[in-house]
Amino acid sequence: MASIGDGSERQRIAQQRLRVLAGHLRRLGAEERPGVAAQECRAGPRTRRENVPAAPQDIMKWNGWGYADSKFFFNKKGQGEFTGKRYRLSGLILPSLKDWFEGTFGANLQHKSPAVPSLNTSAVAPPSLNEAFVEELKSTGIPFSHDTEDRVFRAHGHCLHEIFSLRDGRVGRCPDMVVWPNCHNDVVKIVELACKHSVCLIPYGGGTSVSSALECPPEETRSIVSLDTSQMNRILWIDEKNLTAHVEAGIIGQDLERLLNESGYCTGHEPDSMEFSSLGGWVATRASGMKKNIYGNIEDLVVHIKMVTPRGVIEKSCQGPRMSTGPDIHHFILGSEGTLGVVTEVTLKIRPIPEYQKYGSVVFPNFQQGVACLREVAKQRCAPASIRLMDNEQFQFGHALKPQVSSIFTSFLDGLKKFYITKFKGFDPHHLCVATLLFEGDREKVLQHEKLVYDIAAKFGGLAAGEDNGQRGYMLTFVIAYLRDLGMEYYVIGESFETSVPWDRWVLDLCRNVKERIVRECKEKGVQFPPLSTCRVTQTYDAGACVYFYFAFNYRGLSDPVHVYEQVEHAAREEILANGGSLSHHHGVGKLRKEWMQETISSVGLGMLKSVKDYLDPNNIFGNRNLL
Amino acid sequence: PRSTWSRKVRSKRDDFEDILEERRNSSDLRYAFKCYTPVLYRGLTPCKAATLKSMVLQSEQLLHVINQVSAESGESTDVVKDEAAAILEEMAHRLQLRTIRFFAYTLSKAFKALYRSVCVNEEGIQRLQQAMQEHPVVLLPSHRSYMDFLMMSYILYTYDLSLPVIAAGMDFLGMKFVGEMLRMSGAFFIRRSFGGDQLYWAVFSEYVKTMLRKGYAPIEFFLEGTRSRTCKSLTPKLGLLNIVMEPFFKGEVFDVNLVPVSMSYERVLEESLYARELLGVPKPKESTSGLLKARKILSEDYGSMHVYFSPPVSVRSLAQGRINRSQFNLTPRHVAQKPSEETQAFVNDVAYRIVRLQQENMVVKPWVLVATLLLQSVEGMELTELMEQTSWLRDLARMFGAFLDWPDHTPCSMVVSSSISLHRNLACVSGSRISLVVEGPQGPETPEEALFNRAVSVLSCASYRNQVLHVFLRPALLAMALSNANSSRKEDIYSCFDFLRNVFSDEFILSPGASVQDFDEACHLLVKCGAVELLHQDVVMAESGRTVLSFLTLLLEPFLQGYQVVCRYLREEATENLTEKQFIPAVRSFAVKLHLSGSLKCYEVLSSDLQKNALNALIRLNVVRRVRTLKS
Repeated sequence: MASIGDGSERQRIAQQRLRVLAGHLRRLGAEERPGVAAQECRAGPRTRRENVPAAPQDIMKWNGWGYADSKFFFNKKGQGEFTGKRYRLSGLILPSLKDWFEGTFGANLQHKSPAVPSLNTSAVAPPSLNEAFVEELKSTGIPFSHDTEDRVFRAHGHCLHEIFSLRDGRVGRCPDMVVWPNCHNDVVKIVELACKHSVCLIPYGGGTSVSSALECPPEETRSIVSLDTSQMNRILWIDEKNLTAHVEAGIIGQDLERLLNESGYCTGHEPDSMEFSSLGGWVATRASGMKKNIYGNIEDLVVHIKMVTPRGVIEKSCQGPRMSTGPDIHHFILGSEGTLGVVTEVTLKIRPIPEYQKYGSVVFPNFQQGVACLREVAKQRCAPASIRLMDNEQFQFGHALKPQVSSIFTSFLDGLKKFYITKFKGFDPHHLCVATLLFEGDREKVLQHEKLVYDIAAKFGGLAAGEDNGQRGYMLTFVIAYLRDLGMEYYVIGESFETSVPWDRWVLDLCRNVKERIVRECKEKGVQFPPLSTCRVTQTYDAGACVYFYFAFNYRGLSDPVHVYEQVEHAAREEILANGGSLSHHHGVGKLRKEWMQETISSVGLGMLKSVKDYLDPNNIFGNRNLL
Repeated sequence: PRSTWSRKVRSKRDDFEDILEERRNSSDLRYAFKCYTPVLYRGLTPCKAATLKSMVLQSEQLLHVINQVSAESGESTDVVKDEAAAILEEMAHRLQLRTIRFFAYTLSKAFKALYRSVCVNEEGIQRLQQAMQEHPVVLLPSHRSYMDFLMMSYILYTYDLSLPVIAAGMDFLGMKFVGEMLRMSGAFFIRRSFGGDQLYWAVFSEYVKTMLRKGYAPIEFFLEGTRSRTCKSLTPKLGLLNIVMEPFFKGEVFDVNLVPVSMSYERVLEESLYARELLGVPKPKESTSGLLKARKILSEDYGSMHVYFSPPVSVRSLAQGRINRSQFNLTPRHVAQKPSEETQAFVNDVAYRIVRLQQENMVVKPWVLVATLLLQSVEGMELTELMEQTSWLRDLARMFGAFLDWPDHTPCSMVVSSSISLHRNLACVSGSRISLVVEGPQGPETPEEALFNRAVSVLSCASYRNQVLHVFLRPALLAMALSNANSSRKEDIYSCFDFLRNVFSDEFILSPGASVQDFDEACHLLVKCGAVELLHQDVVMAESGRTVLSFLTLLLEPFLQGYQVVCRYLREEATENLTEKQFIPAVRSFAVKLHLSGSLKCYEVLSSDLQKNALNALIRLNVVRRVRTLKS
């Protein structure tokens, strides 16, 4: 660290300490949390460091996923552990993790690839500020910062290459400053100033992008301003008659849900990233929630959207539930990925909190039977709030995360279950797969529904496998991103990607072909160890399903592992497209998948989108260069 | 001198192993009852032949067509379903190990009697075994003889590989008992023509695709569609190839491996039968009694046989960058789509590529060279001259990349005389001269009979020369172009080459669109052997090139003359309403007339194969038009 004598450095350290404290307070003290607020701007309590809002990097990792206090590690005995207090797994010992990890990847706990301990701020290019813009911004009183950490934190999403570089201490082009608008009007002012002074704006919500959407285009010569919506996090009103809530778009998923819960409501929109992702981000990427079977995806949930564009504010004049007024302008906004403007306020449908929730799980003899069951459930339109099907590799992976059992009795019971399934029922442990279920609603209806689904499952050879397995399946969703950080400590890199695909045999064939393509490409690219290539069906629709792939490999012996990873992912995407899969179900296009847009929506389609962009933002103020 | 014949032919190609050697040294019965545990396709869920049938009948693809047919014809779906079931019943194989074991025993006996050796490249077998585990495999052997598919299954059984299911012509079913035996050894039977029969096509293609998708067994068929009566590779047929590639296009399998297999016979069983057939003597109908009568062939010596399994060709790699598979994403998979032009062109290219691979690994025997030379001097030649020329031709063929099976350390004269003695039915030595044998009836014969007998000999001999044509074809076309072009300028020679290539592309395997490549290859070879020189923009004959060039020109001469006669016939005698049926006999009698009048010396024009090819070429080149007439 710098010498104590340096005044500005000392000040910075003090600020940092303050921020850490403030961050803890914000998380722990309920009164510090964003609340349902009066409608006018700047109401509601906020925590500030001087003029700058609390920084998420104080409680979150700067070079990995999620909370800084939560991570996997191998203890001295070589057992896996998960730190912190936030998750069900927190503080637990995971005895089978090491064997699974070493067995699956050919990794070795002796071979470590640690990250650089902290960001070397001198490696970051100094900000190039647009002075005129800064001057006028100051006069508005909207907080901003060009602190290096603030800038670096908003320069990336969570793609493998982004995190890999950070762990290596490498930082590419960063936003030159960060602004924190407090309300819709602040955004209007910022966008006006940006237009006036020709500044590039990149909206930033929760920073969970996995499409290189937050990456600053290296060729951008203007000053880049990251527009952080985190302070626009209030619920402005709740309308119980119409069951809608009007919410500022910067609110983070879990906060929104918690606040609504306090009033007895929920949106039911639960994307896997909901701990960190924002409402505005959901709108901008066409997000999908785990429980969409009951509540719908984001496009089904929004009733009204307000977006600030360089051309002005776009919104509808009423909140009618459906309109026939030409093409729905919401659909220009949904999935626009920050290229057209900033979503500031959204009216969402809300529902009373369900009375009863129940997890469940079903074991199938093989993936094929499992898919057939999911198809039948979708056909009968009786899908529970969530239904997901893990393939065998993922089932094994789930097992690796089983915590140490507390009593001999439980372990005996586990043994008995295993015996029943594999020996008595004759399931091959190397083929069986598991569906996890989540039911919601009235207790009685849930129980009826549960029976219906289990009956269908039985027709496809499925055996009910208990609530606990189901719940663990969903927990996996939240911790799997943490697991990548563990892998990266031991030469293992990986990522997930998704697609949507019609039913019938497409689902099966696509899964098999993509998995095989991954294995083959890895071999060709010189990967020394067989990769983990696994998938699950995470959503069902009338006409198809959403499929999620996890792909990871041990990169020891490769000189440019990220490049290899990217080549393989590229090949996998080509395979997906060739097999009738879509470019993306909910992650979006960003810059990562741009090259396939024309093929995906035809050149005329692309032209349509471009002409919208040209009208709304002729000077490319929203210059993140996503999508088009 | 059987044992001295070396197996090593060219370093790039694999070595051969004689599989009969073991059969001669150990019990055939034990061999027939050996433990047979082939390595299976890793994605296979084993099922019985009967289950397979019900899977086909219940497939969405077939049900879709059944509904369509029922809607169009007004028949109830049940009736159409029964029809489909009957088609399948007639078609489907009933592969069972018992029958295979029976064949393993009897064929061991037969092969040992017929052949000196059956040589197989074992490395090819190993590659095949590997491929069979990974992906569905399609075996694509060349087709010269009925022996082909018996031999294929025999070899796979010998090496403990999965036995193939084989697409066979329905005509075999005419043979009582034998047809059913073949069915039980894996043959499935398809009608020779079912042009517009939608239901038949649907049953057939679904049956093949189901077996492929399931990895039920390797699928074997003959790209050439039928046995080549001339021993020249036939223009590939695309129907089945289209079918086996579709599951890959539609993402139903990760990949399909095509394995070209080259089967070369030193003497083809059907040799003189073919020649007669080409001359218009109808092909004997397949019958069991015919087969039994053919037993006498067991007492003859058919020399050795070579089977070369080429490395598997991955359809996925071939399609890379050529086929956009997402074009299949917009229609449900059970709805049959007419292949796009892009796809058709691709399948066609693949077919040609496979046939070229078959040709490339076809083993050329010394006799083939002898026959080639004999045909250029039909009146016979001095034995010493033949020896000399054969040795010269051997070197030329080697230089052009022929897969020659020429014994090491044996004087050329011995090699030549031993092959003459094997083919004594075709060539005889009297004194110091050698000439073609012309079998005739005892006593006087009419001029027509004499011509016919002579033609049989020439065409039989030609079927050997044809086995080396693929080696010389491109340089020969260039040689011909050189002697016919207006100038020695490269463009002029190329355009002449391109024209000839175009004319003969029904006659020989010339991949469409590869004219420039072929020209370059031809130039390269002729420069390499010193026959021509490339000077700036000119291609000129080298001092020493005369022998090579005249040999090459003479090689194609019979075809050129044949095509000329066909053209003359069409110009001088054909009438407006000549039907295709009448065409062949009419050309034949025109040619016979020319022969008898002494104005034509070429016999190959009498071959119906050449006549058909010439007609097809003329139609393709828009010289002749095919008009459909309404049946009265």
